[in-house]
Amino acid sequence: MSVAEISAPSKAALSAAAGRRRRENFVGWAFILPALIGFSVFYMLPIFRAIEISFTDWNLLRPGKWVGTANYVKIWNDKNFWHAMKVTLLYVLYNIPLQTALALAIAVLADRLSQSVLLRAIIVAPYLISNVVAAMVWLLMLDPLLGMTNAFLNWIGASNVPFLTSPDYALISVAGISIWRHVGFTALLFYTGLKSIPQSFYEAARIDGASEFRQFWYITLPLLKPVMAFILVTSLIGSFQVFDAIAVTTAGGPANSTRVILYYIYENAFRFNKMGYASALSVILFALLIGVTLIQMRALKGGQSDLD
Amino acid sequence: MRKMSAGRIFAWFCLILFCAFSLLPIWVALKTGLSHPNTMFTSNSSFLPHDVTLGNFARVLGLPHDIVLSSIKASPINFTIAIRNSIIYTALVVSGQIFFSALAAYAFARLTFWGRDVLFYAFIAATMIPSMVLFIPNFILIKDLGWLNTFAGMVAPNILMSPFAVFFMRQFFLTTPKELEDAARLDGCKPFSIFWRIALPLQKGPLATLAILLSINAWNEFFWPFLTGRDESVRVMAVALSDFKSQVGDGQPDWTGLMAAVGLSIIPVIVLLLLFGRRIVDSLQTSGMK
Repeated sequence: MSVAEISAPSKAALSAAAGRRRRENFVGWAFILPALIGFSVFYMLPIFRAIEISFTDWNLLRPGKWVGTANYVKIWNDKNFWHAMKVTLLYVLYNIPLQTALALAIAVLADRLSQSVLLRAIIVAPYLISNVVAAMVWLLMLDPLLGMTNAFLNWIGASNVPFLTSPDYALISVAGISIWRHVGFTALLFYTGLKSIPQSFYEAARIDGASEFRQFWYITLPLLKPVMAFILVTSLIGSFQVFDAIAVTTAGGPANSTRVILYYIYENAFRFNKMGYASALSVILFALLIGVTLIQMRALKGGQSDLD
Repeated sequence: MRKMSAGRIFAWFCLILFCAFSLLPIWVALKTGLSHPNTMFTSNSSFLPHDVTLGNFARVLGLPHDIVLSSIKASPINFTIAIRNSIIYTALVVSGQIFFSALAAYAFARLTFWGRDVLFYAFIAATMIPSMVLFIPNFILIKDLGWLNTFAGMVAPNILMSPFAVFFMRQFFLTTPKELEDAARLDGCKPFSIFWRIALPLQKGPLATLAILLSINAWNEFFWPFLTGRDESVRVMAVALSDFKSQVGDGQPDWTGLMAAVGLSIIPVIVLLLLFGRRIVDSLQTSGMK
């Protein structure tokens, strides 16, 4: 048998395999093509476009002129930008710790007391309502004259609080509205995390005489780390981007006390048509969020739990 | 039966208090929508509607009603059109997202092709991009296409794909045995008909769950429709609500009308929750997990 005789059929087999692979490639790409178009045109391309526009002074009326880093320099010296950043950070501070702690408490209570779906459905109900509607409803609840909240405060002997109309309370009120809408969903995520902890851990701890609090501190919390990492990353990204509730309730006021970064970008882009400046702001926000996410991932060790 | 210790009673008390906190605002909205506009001032702290009437709902739907407003100005917004628009918008977005995302998810789970894993992770990473970064260029694109104030412009960025839907469906395709599909392939079935006739029908449950979640999402969508669909002919519920509110200026808003409109927008969601509570809760519960 010559070498040629052996290699001939295997060459044919090789080219058949290559043909099959080509066909598989074609079929695979055909299946993802629509999603890929959506992804490229409305997710990937806009990122590059945003960066490109951020180096121009485009205002929708006349074609943009390349201005180099002028927008970024302007942002650095923009008092309103720094104010918006400050307001956003304050909002995150009001929002995240309280929401996370409350959600964890509810999840632990629900986990211990009842497995009922009805209970979980009630807990998560506000999350299924839109931000706009949640904001409208709380606008009524917090109304100084007609709101139930102030009626309640009066009933317990406290005086009226101008929740959304005073610069001192508006931001914290908006954060409260967001907590109302999101805390149940966050609790549900914690609840799932709690369910994944084997009961035997607690039984062993009980035999050793560990108190409920020590069980929570030394078993539950460490094992919830991956869930906690996920929740902190997503809720932080979310609260940096608060917009709907503010657009509906305060529109950045009173006295700019709720003008968060996303609202500031929105105003620049869609009210003043400063597309270049607004794009530069949005690029900065994007970079910031990537940074925050990476830091958080590292701080929480990539969400590894001791269960893995 | 475990005994009711003081701690347990206190725990139940906290949980019930939280449930009340969760539901009370929703109830107050519905209650206000059912109250007569001219007397609601006297009953703001009561838990029951005052002078019950369906007139506010008729009023915001543009139907005949017998409510004469005494002190407040009624808003001229007709929510019948907004509801129609919301239904069209939701139906378009959800059917597109489900079909195209299921196609892609099937490919990611079952087919082998060059660049598959990189693409999949790129899709997932897309969920992390802040909406504003995308909205400015997307708005300009839609404007340049002349698609502002059309359904085409409002659904375009969402209809072809939802990273969440791709991820969600891929999980289910991965955990379903593929013997049936292999058998069909040996019988000479083409890839698309394997997907359409065999793989997809096996996922009826997950598809229904996905449809519910995506519908709630699309129904509640605000920012993008707010930017691209302000005209009455395409304006969806959420945007109409925010316009309804902002028309008042400094005066006292038409609360009973506003809350009736709010009621119209949350009733479909409440109905879905009552019908498919377990499905919704279970899927939300695992939606954040890997």
